[in-house]
Amino acid sequence: MTAPILQIKGVTKRYGGLTANSDITFDVAPREILSVIGPNGAGKSTLFKQIAGFVTPTTGEVLFKGNRISGMPPHKVARLGVVRTFQETTIFKSMTVRENVIVAHHLRSKASLLGFFFGSGQARSDEEDFARSADDIIDFLGLQAIRNEMASNLPQGHLRALGMAIGLATHPDVILLDEPFAGMNHDETMRMVGLVRRLRDERGLTVLLVEHDMPAVMKISDRIVCINFGEKIAEGTPAEIQANPRVIEAYLGSEDAAIGM
Amino acid sequence: MTQSRLLGVGAFLLGVFVLVPAFIHLTGRWDFYYTLTSVALLSVSAAGVWLTFYIGRINIGQGAYALLGGYVSAILMTQGGVNFWLTLPLAGLFCAAVSVLIGVPILRLRGVYFAMVTLVLTEVARLTALALPITNGAKGITSIPLPGELSIFGLTLIPDFATLENPKLAFYLMAAALMVLTYLVLWRIVNSRLGHLCRSLQQNEELSASIGVNTAMLRVLAYAISSFFGGLAGAIFVAISQSIYPSSFVVSDSVNFMLYCFLGGLGYVFGPMLGTLLLYFGWDLLSVAREYQLLIYSGTMIALMLILPNGVLSLFDRKGGSK
Ligand SMILES: Nc1ncnc2c1ncn2[C@@H]1O[C@H](COP(=O)(O)OP(=O)(O)OP(=O)(O)O)[C@@H](O)[C@H]1O
Ligand SMILES: [Mg+2]
Repeated sequence: MTAPILQIKGVTKRYGGLTANSDITFDVAPREILSVIGPNGAGKSTLFKQIAGFVTPTTGEVLFKGNRISGMPPHKVARLGVVRTFQETTIFKSMTVRENVIVAHHLRSKASLLGFFFGSGQARSDEEDFARSADDIIDFLGLQAIRNEMASNLPQGHLRALGMAIGLATHPDVILLDEPFAGMNHDETMRMVGLVRRLRDERGLTVLLVEHDMPAVMKISDRIVCINFGEKIAEGTPAEIQANPRVIEAYLGSEDAAIGM
Repeated sequence: MTQSRLLGVGAFLLGVFVLVPAFIHLTGRWDFYYTLTSVALLSVSAAGVWLTFYIGRINIGQGAYALLGGYVSAILMTQGGVNFWLTLPLAGLFCAAVSVLIGVPILRLRGVYFAMVTLVLTEVARLTALALPITNGAKGITSIPLPGELSIFGLTLIPDFATLENPKLAFYLMAAALMVLTYLVLWRIVNSRLGHLCRSLQQNEELSASIGVNTAMLRVLAYAISSFFGGLAGAIFVAISQSIYPSSFVVSDSVNFMLYCFLGGLGYVFGPMLGTLLLYFGWDLLSVAREYQLLIYSGTMIALMLILPNGVLSLFDRKGGSK
């Protein structure tokens, strides 16, 4: 077995009296697609926030390639190669789709602050590279037609895809997608499922995702972790999870899980 | 740069450096020099406020840095015998350094909380100037010498202002040159990756952090540049009036800097410059209305903000969002 790229070790997050995550432990292998499922308020987004540096665990730690990343600020975690997309639509509203993706290439820029200011050769060639790479990402996600649209004018499905494009622009090793298929119809979802697979197959990304759309989760995941009331209650392949009585009782049998779509 | 833009810049420079002085000489309205010098300097200060707006922070504390810069320059000149031209960058840098210390804690605040704290800053600066021995309390610092000679390797770049026949013109040219430089810097910042990052910060700080931007540092940097401009403007004001008091810059000045930006347009680099010009002249013109001056002025401001929420410059912006 290869060394895990990401290790979640006993992560616990308390908000006052509320325990959002309780002693969660699991590993993620490189190039794995792993889904985190569970009812509303189970603590899935909280877990993602702790991995990406937005929230510091009360106890426990997150290791990336063996090094501790929990507690680091988000920009440092992103620099190392772990980036998250947001559950709430999160984009730069007053920029076009293309500007959004270009600006998100910041981590790739090699120019200094003064280089930016004086428009040094490095800064200019960086910007050209970013524009090219942004167009690649836009094409990959099938957003060509709306390249120059203002982000604020986009429908929900496109916003989700743009959020993913922004994440991809940082060229991460690990991408955390928080409900990437929310607001998409069945066809759009299946197209995105295919794209996420290709991210892994063609670009070697490791993908963690939170989703309520069960058919999509079962189709896309190598493994699934199920959380309930902040605790991990199961971990396994889609078939194992579907047959797990605790998961069925806590989640799959409930209305939160969108099963038939 | 496109040809039309180059033409515009050329016309602007011609107007500022040739036409305005020519007009004043022909009409004999020497008082215009003082007015226009003030507009130029205020617009330098407002440029800083605009930059803090650009990272999504409402800055109502620029008066504090203008006051601080003024005192730094005045103290260095009167007590240290330092040449004015050297005190100018020192005043700016001192303000930038102080703003880093203040900015690190307060820039975490957003919206109205940040605005409130900065509003208090101006008052804190005034009270500090009143209390400290080095600023000479309420008596302030007076009889500050005019700017001396600036020479490099024996070559006189700028003559001693005291020997000039027309120091008003000299001050005007100096303020105008500083204004042009300031807006050049601002324009470069906005149109470089630095500006794009500032915009990303303004639009969504969390997302900005998640794409790897050191948001805390970028905020402090923008605030430091802003305060640098404030300090520069303050130092020159002091050189013109040859005196400084704790009340030289007060809360209403800070508020005005912010209003200049609002009126001109927060989305346009040259917004604060136009806003300063319009508001400064507007206020003067309204003096014919006597006791109704403030009423008409405020009423017009409110109306303008309602009709043109994106500033006066949005009138000329057909595309929307262009710089
Ligand atoms: N900053 C916070 N302060 C206090 N409580 C919080 C905070 N963030 C999350 N919580 C609480 O932690 C619990 C887990 O929230 P979280 O957002 O992780 O749930 P989730 O599994 O992502 O749910 P959903 O499927 O609805 O997105 C919830 O009860 C939530 O109210
Ligand atoms: Mg969530």
